[in-house]
Amino acid sequence: MTTRASIGRRFVPVAFGTACLLVLFVLVEALVRIGTINPFIVPLPSEIVLSFKRIVVEEKILPRFLLTCGEALMASLMLSVAGIALGVLLHRKRIVRLATETWIAAMASAPIVLMYPLFLVIFGRSAWTIIMIAFVAALPPVILKTLEGLSSTRTVLINVGRSFNLTPSQLYWKILFPSSLPTIFVGVRLGMIFALINIVGVEFLINFGGLGQLVNELSERYDLPGTYAAICFVIMVSVMFFIATERIERWLRPGS
Amino acid sequence: MATTGIVTATPGSTSGWAAMPLSRQVLLLRVALIAAIVLIWEAVAASGLLFQDVVPSLLIIGRTLVSLLTDPDLKWPIDAGVGGFRLAFELWIPAFYWHLYVTIAEVAVALAIGGLTGLAVGLALGANPFLSAAFERFLYYLGPTPKIVFLPVMIMWFGVGPESKVAMGTISCFFPVVLSAAAGMRQIDNVLIRVGRSFRLNTWQMVTKIYLPAMREPIVNGVRLGLGVALIGTLLAETKLSNKGVGFQIMDAYNTFDMPRMYAVLGVLFVIAIGANALVGRASRG
Repeated sequence: MTTRASIGRRFVPVAFGTACLLVLFVLVEALVRIGTINPFIVPLPSEIVLSFKRIVVEEKILPRFLLTCGEALMASLMLSVAGIALGVLLHRKRIVRLATETWIAAMASAPIVLMYPLFLVIFGRSAWTIIMIAFVAALPPVILKTLEGLSSTRTVLINVGRSFNLTPSQLYWKILFPSSLPTIFVGVRLGMIFALINIVGVEFLINFGGLGQLVNELSERYDLPGTYAAICFVIMVSVMFFIATERIERWLRPGS
Repeated sequence: MATTGIVTATPGSTSGWAAMPLSRQVLLLRVALIAAIVLIWEAVAASGLLFQDVVPSLLIIGRTLVSLLTDPDLKWPIDAGVGGFRLAFELWIPAFYWHLYVTIAEVAVALAIGGLTGLAVGLALGANPFLSAAFERFLYYLGPTPKIVFLPVMIMWFGVGPESKVAMGTISCFFPVVLSAAAGMRQIDNVLIRVGRSFRLNTWQMVTKIYLPAMREPIVNGVRLGLGVALIGTLLAETKLSNKGVGFQIMDAYNTFDMPRMYAVLGVLFVIAIGANALVGRASRG
């Protein structure tokens, strides 16, 4: 009975939220049909749903999705390697950390994505422009979180390592790195999310690449249901990406 | 935070670098890093490794920056009056300030709308577990999506003028503020809430006397995050379709291949963004 009540307590709000969303769709559909909302600005939600099939078949959404995923994967790999390496360097060389940590933190708050015209000039209108912008914009959180993870390793663990006469390299690989892995992954996850946001954004802005370009192309063709459907698709992809990385983070931090 | 860095010191070397105070070592390293960056930059600029003029000399960028900030190349008509007194004249200013004014105004309006709406919704979600369970997951998952893809929709709804840029800034900053406010509301000490109730405060008094003061830090952090993303959202929208604002200036410099001007505008913009972020950050600590 208690279990049923607790399931009910969890299910009712979720059902209510979903129902509100459906009611909103029905309301918009009705308001567009009776002409209160201009159909040239907001298409019928039913048309948006129907255009999903069209954009999947006609607009080759799968290759576009794979292209965006490929760019995100490349940027994430570069981010992980460079970000973790720089974080380790800053941790090992205290003086370098003291000299540059505030610069990196400042870089994290700078609107780096606005440098995309500069990257366009350097790398041309290619996937590398998109990958490099994502890499540079998302690098600071990975460095800072790696540094935070390594710095917050419990002293007792380091002392245990030292009592076993571990070499500095062994101390890193056997103690520091495993204990800071959950925090490092938080940084990598943040970096991956920033990278995906920047990738789709730059694809949209320079009209090149995968899903971002699809939204831009459809909007330039004034294909309203298609544009809305493509935006919904981008949202679904980023939500799935967010959930997947969140699951991995929870798996790495079972206690949190 | 415990520091566990492995410090490698050379035993016996008490002169020179090792004998220097840490603060001076840090200063020297910073100067050396800046000097190295400047040297590499100038070497790349002189070598022509990248396409010509893509990396101009820092001297040229510096001159362009001075010109950008001081050359009066835009006529700004001022026409103001109070009662019978009317003041009308034309002021020559550097065009950059006009574009900066447009961007700052757009970001300020976006932050006001998105921030206040986010705060109100965050308070409601934080105070009501049912609403939180029903709707917060939508906001939580929509938060990290790339908002720039909404630009075509915003242009259709609000036109190609500053309104669509304000809308982009608004939807960008709404999410961090609402999530911070909801989380901050849940972290309020129950004792404070019971004290408020024992004084029979009404809802408005509870919000202004208990909730908001107790949530100062998460709210300021939310606003800090919101300011950053509102700035990016607004500027990116300006780069895509606009005829004014700093984003437009960056694209204008790109389209005319005026690289020194692009670097100068980006440099000023970065200084402003980092400075604004640091100011709000200081407000959250102070």
